[in-house]
Formats: sequence, C-alpha cells, structure tokens
Amino acid sequence: MGIERRRIAVRGLVQGVGFRPFVYRLALNCSLSGWVANHSGGVQIEIEGKVGDIDQFLQRLPLEKPPHSLILKLKTEVLAPQASTGFEIHESKVAAEQSTLMLPDLAPCEHCQTELQDPQNRRYRYPFINCTHCGPRYSIVDKLPYDRANTAMSSFPLCAQCQDEYRNPEDRRFHAEPNACPQCGPQLQFCDAHGKVLCIQQEALHETLTSLANGQIVAIKGVGGFQLLVDANNVDALRALRKRKQRPHKPFALLYAALTAVRRDCQVSELEASLLTSSERPIVLLEAKPGVKIDDQVAPGSPELGVMLPASPLHLLLAEKYRAPLVATSGNLAEEPICIDNTEALERLGKIADHFLLHDRRIVRPLDDSVLRVVENRPLMLRRARGYAPLPITQAKLSQQAMAQPFLALGADLKNTVALSHSGWIYPSQHIGDLGSASAFERFGRTIEDLTGLQQRQPHTLIHDQHPGYSSHRWALKQRAPRLEVQHHVAHFFSCMAEHGHSGAALGVCWDGTGYDSSGIVRGGEFLYWDGIAKVEHIASLRTFPLPGGEKAIREPRRAAAGLLYEISGYIALQHRLLKCCFTRSERRNLITMLEGEVNSPLCSSVGRLFDAVAALQGLCSQSSYEGQAAMALEHSARGIQNGDSYPFALNAHGDQWELDWAPCINALIHDEGRSLPQRAAVFHNTLAQMILSVAREMGQPHIFLSGGVFQNRRLTESTSTLLREHGFTVHSHSQVPPNDGGIALGQLHYAHCMAAAGQTSEG
Amino acid sequence: LGHGSGGEMTQQLLSTYIQPLFNNAWIDQAHDSATLPWGADRLVFTTDSFVITPLFFPGGDIGKLAIYGTVNDLAMGAAEAKFLSCSLILEEGLPLETLKKVLQSMAVAAEETGVKLVTGDTKVVERGKGDGIYINTSGVGILMDGQPIAPSRIRSGDQILLSGDIGRHGIAVMASREGLDFESALNSDCAPLNSAVSALIRGGVTLHCLRDLTRGGLATALVELAETSGRAIEVEESQIPVGESVQGACEMLGLDPLYVANEGRFVAFVPEESVDLASSILRETQVGSSCAKIGRVTDKTDAQVTLRNNLGCDRLLQRLPGEQLPRIC
Ligand SMILES: [Fe+3]
Ligand SMILES: [Mg+2]
Ligand SMILES: [Zn+2]
Ligand SMILES: [Zn+2]
Repeated sequence: MGIERRRIAVRGLVQGVGFRPFVYRLALNCSLSGWVANHSGGVQIEIEGKVGDIDQFLQRLPLEKPPHSLILKLKTEVLAPQASTGFEIHESKVAAEQSTLMLPDLAPCEHCQTELQDPQNRRYRYPFINCTHCGPRYSIVDKLPYDRANTAMSSFPLCAQCQDEYRNPEDRRFHAEPNACPQCGPQLQFCDAHGKVLCIQQEALHETLTSLANGQIVAIKGVGGFQLLVDANNVDALRALRKRKQRPHKPFALLYAALTAVRRDCQVSELEASLLTSSERPIVLLEAKPGVKIDDQVAPGSPELGVMLPASPLHLLLAEKYRAPLVATSGNLAEEPICIDNTEALERLGKIADHFLLHDRRIVRPLDDSVLRVVENRPLMLRRARGYAPLPITQAKLSQQAMAQPFLALGADLKNTVALSHSGWIYPSQHIGDLGSASAFERFGRTIEDLTGLQQRQPHTLIHDQHPGYSSHRWALKQRAPRLEVQHHVAHFFSCMAEHGHSGAALGVCWDGTGYDSSGIVRGGEFLYWDGIAKVEHIASLRTFPLPGGEKAIREPRRAAAGLLYEISGYIALQHRLLKCCFTRSERRNLITMLEGEVNSPLCSSVGRLFDAVAALQGLCSQSSYEGQAAMALEHSARGIQNGDSYPFALNAHGDQWELDWAPCINALIHDEGRSLPQRAAVFHNTLAQMILSVAREMGQPHIFLSGGVFQNRRLTESTSTLLREHGFTVHSHSQVPPNDGGIALGQLHYAHCMAAAGQTSEG
Repeated sequence: LGHGSGGEMTQQLLSTYIQPLFNNAWIDQAHDSATLPWGADRLVFTTDSFVITPLFFPGGDIGKLAIYGTVNDLAMGAAEAKFLSCSLILEEGLPLETLKKVLQSMAVAAEETGVKLVTGDTKVVERGKGDGIYINTSGVGILMDGQPIAPSRIRSGDQILLSGDIGRHGIAVMASREGLDFESALNSDCAPLNSAVSALIRGGVTLHCLRDLTRGGLATALVELAETSGRAIEVEESQIPVGESVQGACEMLGLDPLYVANEGRFVAFVPEESVDLASSILRETQVGSSCAKIGRVTDKTDAQVTLRNNLGCDRLLQRLPGEQLPRIC
C-alpha cells in the first residue's frame, strides 16, 4: 500500500476550541505525519501516511471533533508525498481573512470542575479556572482574531506554569486564551455598597456566603454582567429585593448547585435536564413539584420556576457552598441593560445591593442569562443571549443572491436584538433590551458597532420596523444607507421561516401584543400569506376592539376587558358585574366617555390584548406589573386540564379579508357557569386553536408558521400544533430564536433576502 | 391632521415644505417669533392662529388664547408686545352673543397685557366649514433687552427653569370637550407671560433661551430646543411639577403629562449663576409661583433629551409621531 499526502482545509468554528491539539492527537493515533495550523477562516491540515490511515483520519475527524467546534466546510486536496516524519502544530499565521466565528461563553467542563474541588490542585477553589473546553469567550473578546492579547485577559501576564500549559500541545490548556491561576489571574474583591474593599480572594467568597446567609442582597459580577443574589428561602430578603428593584411580581430565576437539587423541587424531563446541564447554561422554565418549599415571593402565583445551574466556576463555588437555591436576577434597573462595569454597577445598583462581589476581569459586552422553555418536547428560546450569542443561526442559510451584500436588521424596540447577515449566514446579536431607555439605546448603537466590527463587514442595507415612533426606526433614518421597512408581523412570520430554512409559500399566524401597520389599528392577531416568490398578503385578522387609554391598557388588562365588552354591547357593557369589580363608578363613567368619544382609545386586533381581557374578566389579573403577566395567569390557570371543548366563534369574510370574530366566544365564556375557572381557561385556549384551524382550512396552504409573543404560551402552541397536524397541516414553530420581538431582527433579514432574491429573479 | 399636533409631523411640514421655499435668515431662527432689524429698535414679529373646541373652556376661551398666544410668543423672544392685528374667520350661524363674548374677552386680555389691537379683518365661511370661530393674530413688539434670547444661545451647564405645573390646559379642554368628569375641577393654565419675562429681565437675570409650552407639551418643547441648539438636555421627572388632578386625569386617559398642551407655561434656560435669582423673581410673579428647576444642559453634543425617572432610569424623550402609538408588544 502506497504513501499519500493530503491537504485539508476546515472552515467553521475551529479556532479556540482545542481543534489543533485534537487534530494532533488524532493524526498520531492514526500514525500519520504532517502538520496543522490556524489558517484564514479556519484550520489547515496536511497529513501523510498509508491510504487506510488517511481514510480513518478523515472519517474520525468530523465524528470526534471537539465538543464546541462547528465544521461548516471540509475541502481535501491530494498532494505529492514529502516523506515527512512526526506531526507538528504550527504557530498561527496572521491570515488575510480571519475567521469571524467565535464561541459563546461556556460553563466549566468536567475536568475543570474536578480540579476546582481538588485540594491538591493549584487551582483548588479558584473561581476563574478554565481550559480549551470551557470558560469565558464572547464576554471577554475585544476583537478578532481570538488571541489573549485581544481579550480582557490581556492585562494578566501568564505565570511560568500557566505559560507552559498554554504552549504544550499535550495540555488541556494548550492555547486556552483565558488561562489563569491564583498566581497570575483575576482576583475577587468583596465590597460594601460604596465600593470599599472589605476582603479579597477566598475570604471574599466566604463573606459573600455569610452575607447571603444573613439575608442580604449581594451583587456579583457574573459572566455577562452583574446579577443580584439573595437566599431563595429568606422571605424578608426576597421582599427587600422586590421592593428595592421595584419589581413586585415578575418571577425571579433560581440558581441551583446541581441537577439533583433541581429534581427535588421541579419536574425535569430528559430534554430539560440536558438543557440545564448544557455548556450554554440557560435559565429553563420548569414546573415546580406540588408542595415544593419555595417561597411564593420567588415567582408569585406561578406554578413554574426559572432554574439555572452554575454558568461559571464562581457560580459553582457559591451555589455548592450555599446548598440552598439562590435567587439570581439580572443586575440592572428596570428595563435597562445589565451592568458590566464595576464602577457602573456600584453607582446603579448601590441602592439595591448590600454588598458587591467584584473581580478585576473586564466584561466586554453585556450578555443576559438566556431563557428557554420546553414546548412540544423541543427547546423554545425566550431570551437569547449568554451561551448562544454570537453563534449564527445555521438553519437560516441564504440564497446566493442574498449573499452579495451584508445586511443589518435593527429589530423591534422592545426585547431588541439586531442581526447582521453576510457570506451566507445570519448573526443575531444577544438580547439588548427596551430601546426606550437611554442606556439600552446607547447599547444598541454599540452592539451594531460591535457586531459589524467583529464581523468586519459594513452593512449595505438597513432593515427596520415600520413603527415611526421606534428608536430603531429613527436611528435608521439618520444613517445614509439604503433602507428597507418591514411590517412587524411580516418580520415575525419570516423569523419563524428563517429558523426552518423555509422560503417557499406559507401561511403565517402572527399573534402578539402590538405591532404597527399603516392602518392605525394596533395589530396583533394577524394571518399572512407568503406566495413564495415576492408577495406577502394580509389575509385575516382578529375582530378589532378599542383599548381605552392606549398604552395604559397594556399595563391594565381590565381596560382591555372594558374595550372588549364595549365592542360587544356598547355602553351597557360597563355595567357588567365583571367590570364593576375592577373599576370605581367614576372610572367607569370616564371609560364610557373615552370609548364613545374615541379619546385615546385606539382599535386593536391583538390576541395579546384578548388574553389580557379574558384574564381580567376571569378575575385573574386586572393590572399587570410586567409584560405577559395576564396571559401567563390564564395559561397557568388551565394547567393540567384535559378538555377538548371549545367556545363558538365566527369567521366572516370582509371584502378580500377574513375576520375572526371572538364575540360568540366571549359571550359564551362570561356566561359559562357550568365550568370551573381552569376549565374555562382551557376551553378558551382550545377556541383559539380552532380559530387558527378555521383560517388554515380556508387557505389550504399546507405549511403553517406560528410566531409572535403569544406563542410563548405552551398550551396554545401545543394544542394548535396538534390540532393542525391532525388535519394534515405541517406546523412550524420557533426554537432557536424567541417567538417574541427578540426574533424580529432575524425575520427582517430573511424577508430582505427573499425580496433581494425576488428582485434578482424578476430582473433576469 | 397630525401635521398640526406640534410633534414630529409638524416639524417635517416645516422643514420639508415651508423653510426651503421661504429661505431667509429670519425664518431659519426656528423660533416662535422673528427678530428683525428696524432703525434703532429691534422689532420682533410673530403670528399665530387659534383653533379650539370648545370655544369656552374652564379657565379661558379662544379670545383670551388669541391675545395671550401672540403676546407670549413675543415675550419668548424677550419682546414687549406693542401692536396686534386680528383676523376672524366666522362660521355662518354663529350666535352673535358668542362672538360678542369672545371679543369682550379679547379686549380684556389686550388691556391686561398692555397691547393695542390696531387692525383686523373678518370673513364668514359657509355653515359646516368652520368650528364657529377661527382667529389669527399677528403681533409686533420691541426687544426689551439688548441680549438676544434664542435657542442658539443655549450653553452647556445652563439650568432649566419651568414656570409652573404642567398639563392643565390640555386636560381642562379635553375634559370639557369630551365631557369627562374628574374628581376635582380643573382650569386651563392659559395666562400672559409677558410680565414674568419682563420681571426677569428687569431683575438682571441672564436669559439664554425662553420657550412657551404649547401643543406637544414640555417634552416636545425640550426636544425641539435640544435639536435646534444641538445640545443634550437632562431632566428629572421628580422635579417636574404636575398637579394632582392633572396626574389623576392623565392616569385615567392614559396620557403622559409631559406631552399634554399648556397655554401659560414656559421654560427658561439660564446660566448656573443666574438660576437662584431667576427662580426667586419668578416665584413672586403670578404665573411663576410654583416654578421649579427641572434639569440642565449637559456638555454632550448629541441633541437629545433624557428624563431620569424615579427609579433612576434614563428614558429618551422623543417627539410624538402623530398620535400616541403603543410601542409595547
Ligand atoms: Fe411582536
Ligand atoms: Mg405659537
Ligand atoms: Zn475546562
Ligand atoms: Zn498562572
């Protein structure tokens, strides 16, 4: 058998993930000689040896690749043998085109966890332990290429021992850029609320635990930003946190030390367990076990708990020592981005936290904890940030036409994310927040610079929402670049299609709270049809009803209820007993005046508001302190109910549009004395699923995409999907990006690409 | 319709349609009045039209508004109003009694503000083509002080004084028009501002800029000033006086008092060293008794207004795009 030589170019996420040492070991294992080096946009390998050994190498390479690597393309060339001996790792050449793929932050690996607990190890209990397989990544990168000098670790010169590990291809820390130890790496500081350092290092950890045990609020510098911690079993501490954060009801997330502890308090499916323990370490919404001893202050009125496992060695040390679940909520004020800087945190959170656990490693960009929920036995992203950003959405492959120019989508103003597309991939940013806040808007600008800078692409076209009051829209107007406006629900629809790599004809069900279109109606119960070529048609919508007080009605579900009943029966509606208990007499009098005089009472077709109205009419939530509170109350109320019934409704033709009339459903619901509240809530959910089915049948389009914040509702998504599938439809819902406005940027891009493709087609 | 709301659409109308056609140094001042060179004196000239339903509302009527409005616009240019013209557009069928009441009210207001109504015109339009009465007034005044007072004089470090509580006019008019019923009766804040301004000038206060708050409310006025001066403004929500009844009504209606109309309130931009003097003088005047220091001009160059709320969060204030549109998803 002859000796052959091959050159292999690997493209994808193969730098900074231990890919070269892996190739080195694999080559030696397969008795091959040659070398491996980082190269333009990937890794280049030359191997020489027997043909059988080469085949074995090529077979094992994609199968045994390091856990966090991603191979996008593998190209092999045959070379003349050079009679080489041994295998070498060549130093990186600075290539003309750097790889723009970068890893998200990774939770501690098994090896590092073992070392962390080993008193003999030099990194025993060192909160910044990491290796090639784990540790901070995106949160510490200033610029590419991913070298230590370009990260927040640049200010920590490696000690001799760490340097040896870094240079040794046989070591787990070979080229681990954030490599550190207690001698040379970052250090902890425990401070009072004014920033006075009280103690450092292991003592700082110890004092943090003591402070938590004393019921105090500690702000800790986490992976992608500050978090506020309190003992989840200390009611007074929880109350204090709620009061100081002015967050009366919105659920807090819980940090557990280990999966076994989570299983004691929550139902955990296999998929949920794998999400919890994944290196992304998101918050996963889990069903609490009956009778669990978690105080109601953690997630008032909710049968679910947001749970996460330690995302960093620091969290691991704290959670393991503390033994009790800790509340871990983002270290920010209201809807502002989380704090990442020590000084900023002391200033912004000084009135909330009693103590601060700081360290001296910079966080380069804020990355909130990601949030997921399992729906239909698939993960459903609710907030995409730490652990997931900055990876591209690989399903959303672009057409050749769309690859010509980089596009930048600016997202929606709430739950804002932006996204950049170039060279065939879409890169969504991490969750940014509500652009109504000055600091989030500033962060929006910086994220755009960050994303375009790291990807080394200047966007050619800007894509944004139509809403004229959106800060993102105003920002776009100020740039001198071609723009494309995309209607809010069109973006939702295309966001879901993008995730499934779909661009053919489809029916989109876009249900959310509020989206702008030029009609002046507050939209949110929309059905769109995409012809697969160039046109989106609005084909059906929910019957409209007024929202007395406009935006105020979004925070007060009782107003949506008043508007809904007013739409059915006019001013008499305000005499209804269900409204009498939510409003004073004088409020009801003014509401009638507002509704009749159309004073700040815009019409809406929003399913989000329909949920609010029903929740208020059922006495579940008359005023809400956070988004989605009323809808969640209704969903939770129906928990565990098996009931296939639905209320009547009507689908009426209005010109070339369909209108779903909810009035028969609401009439039946408010007079439904025979059913309990949970039963009524379940039947209401079923009715909505039936409504979707009725439109789907009229359209006859087999591919249906569900998007919009309403589909964060597990019961609705599951019952709709099941029902549609029973009737032969193919149903697609979100998984990698949120169905809420966090997914808008992806949809804007996909729509722009489809339009670009259509333009090309029609021109030639 | 939104083009007249004083928000973003008004601004667009002005900058895309009007300013390019009437290109001269004075229209570009983008102020409520124009200062013109005329012999030894400096004349200030302004015009305003008044359209309101109902014609009579708690605390005022269209006649008063028509006099005060123009007097106030002149006062905001630091000018003492001298002469006014008045043009009436009457709808056929308007009761003469109503006209008489409006004219009487104008006469009282002219007397009160020391302005002479010297010329006028009347037209009648067909029934259904007007809301009873439209009034246009134009006014000429003389600069009270040598110092120019204009948005371009705004400097970083300037303190912002607000002459009194906001939102009364808009809420009073809306309540009486729509028949809304709030716990406590509410009067429009409609008032002449000339004596307060002359008190400030006579008292030796350095004034950089004055702006009366009308349509679009405090927020829109501040955004406009940030944009024309090219400077960043910061205001503290807790320092902005809002009466209890206005607050209550806004909560009921779902309106933000920062965007509700006023007809007798203004903001003054004064250098730090003048602010205490200015507020003590203002406090002695009728319209300024509840004046407050609400914010300052920063050294940042982004032309924006941030509002620090009670939580300590900063919110960016914007012009309203037409009507208030819900943003929340
Ligand atoms: Fe939405
Ligand atoms: Mg005016
Ligand atoms: Zn590791
Ligand atoms: Zn070291």
